[in-house]
This record gives sequence, structure tokens and C-alpha cells, in this order.
Amino acid sequence: MSAAEEVVAEGHQAVEAVPKRAMTLGTGTSLVVLAALLIVPLLVKNFIIFQMTMLLIYGLAVLALNILTGGSGQFSLGQSAFYAVGAYTSAVLMEHANINYALTIPISAVVCFGFGYLFGKPALRLSGVYLALATFALATAMPQLLKLNFLEHWTGGVQGLVVTKPDAPFGLPMSQDMWLYYFTLVVTIAIYIFAVNLLRSRSGRAFMAIRDNEIAASAMGVDVARYKTLAFGVSAAVTGIAGSLGAIAVQFVAPDSYTITLAISLFLGMVVGGVGWLPGSFVGAAFIIFVPNMAESISKGLSGAVFGVLLFLVIYLVPHGARQVAILGQQLVNKLKKN
Amino acid sequence: MELFTNQILAGIATGAIYACMALAVVMIYQAIDHLNFAQGEMAMFATFVSWQLMQWGVPYWAAFVITLAFAFVGGVAIERILFKPLAKAPVLTNVAGFIALFAIINSSAGLIWDFTIKQYPTPFGSSPFLGSQLISTHQAGMIGVTVLLLIGLYFFFQYTRIGLAMRAAASVPESARLVGINTSWMIALGWGMASAIGAIAGMLIAPVVFLEPNMMGGVLIYGFAAAVLGGLTSPFGAVVGGFLMGIFENLAGTYIPGVGNELKLPIALALIISVLVVKPAGLFGRHIVKRV
Repeated sequence: MSAAEEVVAEGHQAVEAVPKRAMTLGTGTSLVVLAALLIVPLLVKNFIIFQMTMLLIYGLAVLALNILTGGSGQFSLGQSAFYAVGAYTSAVLMEHANINYALTIPISAVVCFGFGYLFGKPALRLSGVYLALATFALATAMPQLLKLNFLEHWTGGVQGLVVTKPDAPFGLPMSQDMWLYYFTLVVTIAIYIFAVNLLRSRSGRAFMAIRDNEIAASAMGVDVARYKTLAFGVSAAVTGIAGSLGAIAVQFVAPDSYTITLAISLFLGMVVGGVGWLPGSFVGAAFIIFVPNMAESISKGLSGAVFGVLLFLVIYLVPHGARQVAILGQQLVNKLKKN
Repeated sequence: MELFTNQILAGIATGAIYACMALAVVMIYQAIDHLNFAQGEMAMFATFVSWQLMQWGVPYWAAFVITLAFAFVGGVAIERILFKPLAKAPVLTNVAGFIALFAIINSSAGLIWDFTIKQYPTPFGSSPFLGSQLISTHQAGMIGVTVLLLIGLYFFFQYTRIGLAMRAAASVPESARLVGINTSWMIALGWGMASAIGAIAGMLIAPVVFLEPNMMGGVLIYGFAAAVLGGLTSPFGAVVGGFLMGIFENLAGTYIPGVGNELKLPIALALIISVLVVKPAGLFGRHIVKRV
């Protein structure tokens, strides 16, 4: 193996370029999806409402990873750590300081933003597999850090903390699950709109310029270090919000709920949904919530194998995830319109 | 001082495991430019095959050779059947494929051989090596095999036509195709070799960590970390990284107060990241220059 320096030709990048207009849904489709999200919970059982809540929460977490990877081209296996920080911030504030659950969410967003931003600083020099390893280290360390003795008073150590589920306010005739669903839905929509606008803004364009070619971006005057850490911060903040909502929905936080497995699931969700396609985050979230259960019901002993096979099927049929399906669907509609 | 030297010796002994695995990781990275997350599971499966052969009465070395052949063919088959169709898919999709493969192999092994822990024999014996309590003959043998493997690989890549062809296919695929190298089969060959090296690692590790479907989980993480530390482009670096990793881990466990078994891994990883921040391509890796 010679010591010659290797030159990587253009077009060889980890994350493919997605034009920003292709990152969202059209207005008509968005309204249909929104209507479905509003109406369906009125017709189904509490358990299904709970699952829909979890779908939105994981969707948010995948969306956060999508901003980071699909937007700025940085890869992270450490999302579970940000999720854990968000969850614990909410749980500790609610149980020890008696702060209202809704108020804990912006607080954990701020805490996680800071955490992600600070983590992004040393990670600046790393990219690709090296960044993957650094974030991976964060994900493996987090459960251990939460178990540390001197934090036990607040975090409850290995036992974790029980979180009380909020009732519907103003005497609304809703079950707790349904209230939490609509609450989560409002937060999700707000963050979705924020994410779409972020990626369309000056900062979003800077993210994408860095993703597509870091050197070219810096030559054009993009402050690479600033935008890379900013992307980490924003992604961590959104993941933290998802973590807070998750803690409230599950009513329990414990270190072992936030292992590397969670980070891997979120990553799979992003790939299945389509890297860089924001609405796909929720499709991906559905995949990581429902497919493992499906696999278990097909075969108990071989559930992992069934899951693997299903995952392979998905990536063979649509290597670009749900985005590819959406594009195909759109082409079909356009063809029909022409005829 | 004696504690210190003993801990270093113990570190070298565990480091040999990581070095083996890191070598397999680097091999496949050279061939296909991806980190194979299922590498550990492939090695575990091969180890189970050798165990099964021995249960049927095949002697150790015969089982060893058959397993190597099996692992090689298996690696080539996985590439041909599962990953060749994904060659044009985005990198992250390939990573998802590795995770899927991980789940499939892990769960199948669990079903075939169940999750109980099994003893695995060693060809080197397990008496103390040169009178040291910390390093057994098996561990010494393991270090020896790793070093031999490294030398063998060096000669293969440096002095054989096919080794040269594989290097060409990995570094400049277009030009390699133009001079008549079948790059597609070179990738398959890389998978086969990586799988076989993984199998050797698995069979050497199994007597230490015991045989069970999840035996490779921890080892693979250290293996990756070691490979990244040494530089993913350098097999020699991977081996050095493996030994350093083992030593780091042992010293951190001994000298930093409050570090139990649980915190060893995060601390070792944190150390590696500090190294990477200073040397982003790893200790022995080539620095890759990007064209705008």
C-alpha cells in the first residue's frame, strides 16, 4: 500500500444531493395528511392513539437526524443520547421541580441545543466513519453516565423515574392518551414547519452547500464550522423535544431505554423514509415502530431474521426510501393528468 | 510498577482479540469502502459452524480449515447475492443493509444453536505463558496468529498479482477496469477474505469470551474503534490500534477511580476520539485529499 495521497473524484460523497424543493410535500397532500392525523384518533381505541403518538415522536427524532444528515451531510449514531437528555430533562423537572409538562419541553430543547452545539465543536474535525464512531461513543456512554452514583438523587439511577401523565386541561372531555396525542401533534406540526423553513432559509442553504461540497462552500464564504455546529445543535434540540414527549407518553425514563439500539432504529427510520426528505421521517418512524412487531408476530424465534429480510426487501425495492415512492407516485399522477 | 506491567500484559492479551477483528474490518473496508456492521456476526456464525463440526467428531485443525473455506465461500456468496445489487444504492442504504444482515445472522444462529453459553476448545492450551499469571498460552498463541496473519496479508498485497489487482480495484476502480481487472469479482474476493479472517478471529476469541450468538457484540465495537484508531486504510495500523485499545482499556479500568466494567468502553472511545481530533485519519491512515 503506497503512501501516495489518494484523490477522491467529485461525486463521491456520503449523502447524495437532494434539491431543497424536493424536500417537502405539496400543499394538497399536506392538507390530506393533516386531516387524517386530526380525524383518525377520534375513531380508534386508546392503544392505537398511543401508538400514533409514538409514531409522531419517533418521526420527530428521525426528522432531527434528517436535518443533520440529509441537510448538512453529517452522520450521527448518537441521536439516542440527545433523546435521553431531553427525556431526562423533562422527567427531572416534572418530578423534582413540579414544573408543568408543557413548559419542560422548551427547556429541554434549550438544554439539548447547548449539548448538541458543544458536542458539535470537537466533532468538527471528523467526518464520515470517524464522526460515526464519535457519535457512537456518545450513545454508548449516555446510559452509563445516567447511572452514575452522584446523579442518582435526580435520575433515580438504574431504576429510572416515573413520570405522571398529564390530564386534558380546561375540563376537555378527552382521555389522557387523546389529549397527549393532540398536544404532540401540535408540537410536531410546529417543528415540521420550522424544519421546512429552516432548510429553505439562508442557514439551510449553507447546510446543503456544506453537504454537497465542503471546500466549495467555504470558498464561497460559508462559515463551515459555524453551520456544522449549528446543524448539530438544532438536530439535538429537536431530538430533545422528541425525547421529552416520549418520556411523557411512556410515563417512564430509565437509562436502558436509551441505548445504541434506539440510535440505530432512528438511523434505519431515516434510510427507509428517504435521506433528506422530511415527510419521509414519519414513514420511517412507522417502519421502526410497526415492522419489528410484525416480524415478531410472523415468527417469535426468528423475529430478527424476519425483520432483516423485510428491511432488505425495502432497500432493494426502493434504495432511496419512501422519497422514491413519492416521486414515482407524482410522475404517475402527472402522466394521468396529461392523458 | 508490577501492577502497571501486569496490566499492560493483560491489555496486550485482550488487545490481540481486537487486533484480529480490526484486521478483518480493515480488509473489507479496503475492498468495498464501507464498514461492515455484520462482520462480527459473520465471524460468530463461522465459529458456530466449526463448533458444530467438532461436535460431530472432526478434529480441531480439520474443522479450522473447513470453517475457513466455508467462511470464504459464505462471504463471497453474501456479496454476490445480497450486496452486489446494492452497489449503486446510496452509502447509507448499504449501511442499513449491513444492519439487516446483522439481524438475520444473529437471529438464525440463535434459533439453530440457541442462546446458551458454550465452551470452545483452544489448540494452544490454557496454562500460564512463561510463568505469567496474566497471559495464557492461548493468548500468546492468539497474538502469534494475528502477527502471522498480518505478515501473510502484507506479502499477499505487496507481492502477488491478485493482491495488486485488489488494491487497484479498491483505489481507482475505473482505471483498474481499463487494464482488464474484473473489479466486481475483486470486491467479492475482498468479502471472502474478510469473512475468512473474521472466522479466524472468531475461533481464537471463542475460548476467551465463550461461544454464544451475542459474543461478538462487544468485540466488534472494540474492533471498529481499533481500526479507526489505527487508520482504516492500514492493516498494520489496525493491528497496532487493536493492541493499544486493549492496553487503554485495561489501564483506564485500573487507574481511573470509579471506572468499573461499565465505563471502560466509553472511556476508551473518548480517548480514541481525542486521538482522532488531533489526527483525523487515524494513527497510520493515509490522508485523503478531496477534489473540489
